[in-house]
Amino acid sequence: MAETRYTATAITLHWLSALLIIAAFALGVVMVDMKISPTKLQYYSWHKWLGITVLGLVALRLLWRLFHKAPALPLQTPRWQVLAASAGHWMLYVLMFAIPLSGWAFSSASGYPLVYLGQFPLPDWVPKDKALAGQLKEVHELLTTILMWVVAGHFAAALKHQFVDKDGLLARMWFSRKTF
Amino acid sequence: MKFISSTRSAVSAGLSAVLLLSGMAHSAAVGIDARKSKVTATFKQIGVPVEGVFTKAAGVIQFNAAKPETSSASLQIDTAAFDLGMEDYNAEVRKKEWFDTKSHPQATFVSTSFKSLGGDRYQASGKLTIKGKSVDISFPVTIKPQAAATVFTGSIPVSRKVFAIGDAGWNEVVDDAVTVNFSIVQSH
Repeated sequence: MAETRYTATAITLHWLSALLIIAAFALGVVMVDMKISPTKLQYYSWHKWLGITVLGLVALRLLWRLFHKAPALPLQTPRWQVLAASAGHWMLYVLMFAIPLSGWAFSSASGYPLVYLGQFPLPDWVPKDKALAGQLKEVHELLTTILMWVVAGHFAAALKHQFVDKDGLLARMWFSRKTF
Repeated sequence: MKFISSTRSAVSAGLSAVLLLSGMAHSAAVGIDARKSKVTATFKQIGVPVEGVFTKAAGVIQFNAAKPETSSASLQIDTAAFDLGMEDYNAEVRKKEWFDTKSHPQATFVSTSFKSLGGDRYQASGKLTIKGKSVDISFPVTIKPQAAATVFTGSIPVSRKVFAIGDAGWNEVVDDAVTVNFSIVQSH
C-alpha cells in the first residue's frame, strides 16, 4: 500500500520551519520601523539568526524530500488542483531559499557581515556596496511579500480540505500517534 | 573637501612662513593629505565586526628620520564626520550620549614623544582627547617614507567607557573595545 502520510521527519521540519518563518517575518516587520535603539539591533540579530536557521532547515527538508517521496494526493483530486499544489510547493521551496539568501546578501552589502548566533562568522558572498544593498533590500521585501501570498494560498487550501472537502488531508502533515 | 584642502594649504603655508623666518625650514611641520589619509574605527556589535570611517581628518606632522625624537604630530578628526554607512546610524552617534558632536566637534591627538623601535617602526606617545577628556596613550607607528609622500600607519585601542561614548544601555550590544586604525599620508 502506498504511503498516505508524510514521515515524522518531514512533519517536524515542516512545522519547525513554519514557526521560525512566522517569527522571522514578525520580527522583520516590527524592527524596520523601530527607532535606533539597542533593542532594534538585537531584533535585527535575531531576525538574521532565524533566517539562517530557516535556510539550514529548508536545505535539510529539500534533501529529505529528494529521498522520500511525498504521499500521493487522493485519486479523485482534479488535475488543476494537482498542478496548483505542485506549483505552490515549488514556489514555497524556491522562496524559502531565496529570502534568507537575499537577506544575507543585503546584510553583507550593507557592510554588516553575518555572525550566526553572535559566534560563527559567515562568509560575505557579495561585496560591500551601498547601491547593491538598496537593490537587495527591495528584492528581500518583494520576495517576502510573494511568500506571504503563497503561504496564504497554502493555508486557504488546507482549510478548504479540512472544512469544505472534509477529506482529512491535513492529517498527513499533523502529528499523531502513528507519526512516531 | 575644497574647504579643507584650502585651509590645509593656508595652514601649512602659514607654518612654513613662520618656520622659514625662524630658520627651521629643514624640519618644517607639513600638513597631512586629507584625501589620501584614512582614519577608521572598528568594533563589534553583537559579534559582528563593524567599521566606521572618519571622513574628515586634518593635522600637521614633522617627522625627522635622522632624529626621530625631535618628531611631532598634531592631528584632528571631525567627530560629526563619522560614517557608519547608514545615515540614521550616523545621526545616532552624533548625539550627546555618543560623540556629542555639538559640544565636542573634534577629537585630537597631540604627540609628546617619538622613539625609534628599529627599522620603520616607532613608538609614539601623546595625548588623545575625545569628548573633552584627555588620556595619555602610547602606540607603535610604522613610518614609510616614499618618493612622493610619507605614510604613517598604526592602530590605537580605545575604550568607549573611558571617554563616555555610548551610554550603558548600549553596552549589551556594542563592545567597549574599539580599534582606531589610521593611515596618514603626508605628501612632499
